[in-house]
Amino acid sequence: MQILNQIADRLEQGEDAQVDELTRQAVGQGVPAADILNRGLLAGMEVVGRKFRDHEIFLPDVLLAAKAMYAGLAHLKPLLVADQVPSKGKVVIGSVQGDLHDIGKNLVGIMLEGAGFEVVDLGSDVPASRFVDAAVERGAPVIGMSALLTTTMSVMKDVINLIRERGLSDQLRTIIGGAPVSADFARDIGADAYGFDAANAVERVKDLVAAA
Amino acid sequence: MRRLLSFPPDAVVPSRAAVLAGQGIPEGAASERVGAILDQAIARFIDLAQPRAVCQGISATDFSSVYQGEGLNSDRTPVAEAARRADHLALFAVTLGQPVSDEITALFATSDLALAAMLDAVASAAADRAVDLLARRTLVDLAGNGGSPAAASVLPYSPGYCGWHITGQRRLFARLEPEEIGIRLNSSCLMTPLKSVSGVLLLGAPAIHDFSADFEPCNRCTTHACEIRSPMLREEEPDADPEPDR
Repeated sequence: MQILNQIADRLEQGEDAQVDELTRQAVGQGVPAADILNRGLLAGMEVVGRKFRDHEIFLPDVLLAAKAMYAGLAHLKPLLVADQVPSKGKVVIGSVQGDLHDIGKNLVGIMLEGAGFEVVDLGSDVPASRFVDAAVERGAPVIGMSALLTTTMSVMKDVINLIRERGLSDQLRTIIGGAPVSADFARDIGADAYGFDAANAVERVKDLVAAA
Repeated sequence: MRRLLSFPPDAVVPSRAAVLAGQGIPEGAASERVGAILDQAIARFIDLAQPRAVCQGISATDFSSVYQGEGLNSDRTPVAEAARRADHLALFAVTLGQPVSDEITALFATSDLALAAMLDAVASAAADRAVDLLARRTLVDLAGNGGSPAAASVLPYSPGYCGWHITGQRRLFARLEPEEIGIRLNSSCLMTPLKSVSGVLLLGAPAIHDFSADFEPCNRCTTHACEIRSPMLREEEPDADPEPDR
């Protein structure tokens, strides 16, 4: 369908006003919301994500495309809810308690939404219990944690311990990231995955959701 | 001696290349549109930034007590080695003020994502540049007081890096009191405003900053960029001076 290709193409170029208008037109033409989402917005973001991984485009280009995606999504969200269209999965994310840095966490959230996931962003300075409570309440199988300080990395382990204490290890998977965090640290504290950057985090979340 | 300083915002604006590099963009690879976003971010930064610094000389003995912190430092660190060999030491803190951080948060909230991330990159590089300017000013002051900066270099070292545990912030803050320029420390030793830098300036012959020794924190470091942190070692010329508050 031509309009869906146009949406994907304009999204790749980060033309948010055009994506906004084209999405509005597509809805008006009766194109199913799920098709507009999957074959328009997410198709465009998939190309953007691939180009970013391959270093053909850079972070600002991705963020311009993400803004365009949000412009289109604003038209679709009520329709997707009404049609009960499922997302690729829910992910709870946040910067751990004591840490106010949120740029990296924001980028991961944007990239996850661009890959079709529903993101529950708890913000920054999030206590361990709030991660677990939110995941249970919202039915999210994955918790993503970010830390930029060595002093706050330990909260990641608190979250994992809390999941074990509550007997939720079979239901919840964890992924961690942030400047001081490493794959070794993830293994040491029992995290299920480590994302070394936003694009890599999306790939690891896909793996976790597929394995859940 | 304790000094409070202010910088004109445009004096700490980093080079375009430094900002783009902070976003993983090689020189010459940015599109025209990305260049326009960078221009916008720099203009916004100049409108909002309130760069200030506090700097206070400290003896090697007193610094040793500050550096000890809560006893969590690595065993052998470049900070401790360089401090022992430095001719002069000064605690410092630099901040760009809260409005820049508030603007970044607001831009993300309104989905102006590219500008938000670019302003964040501008501010991060600007904070480093403010430390550079402060370091230069410190060398100039030293010369004015009969020191001999001709062969001197200065490097900033901060808690959280180079084996100096971040909990060292607590003693540094107790000694320096950067609250006077609006910087606060939270329970996890994080500074607010977020775009703030604290630490110690170590002045002396370039050889005191010798990172060829096999320091364990250096082995774990992913940047290996210590030398280029120093404007002196980069042999750049300053293009602005901070203004004394008093």
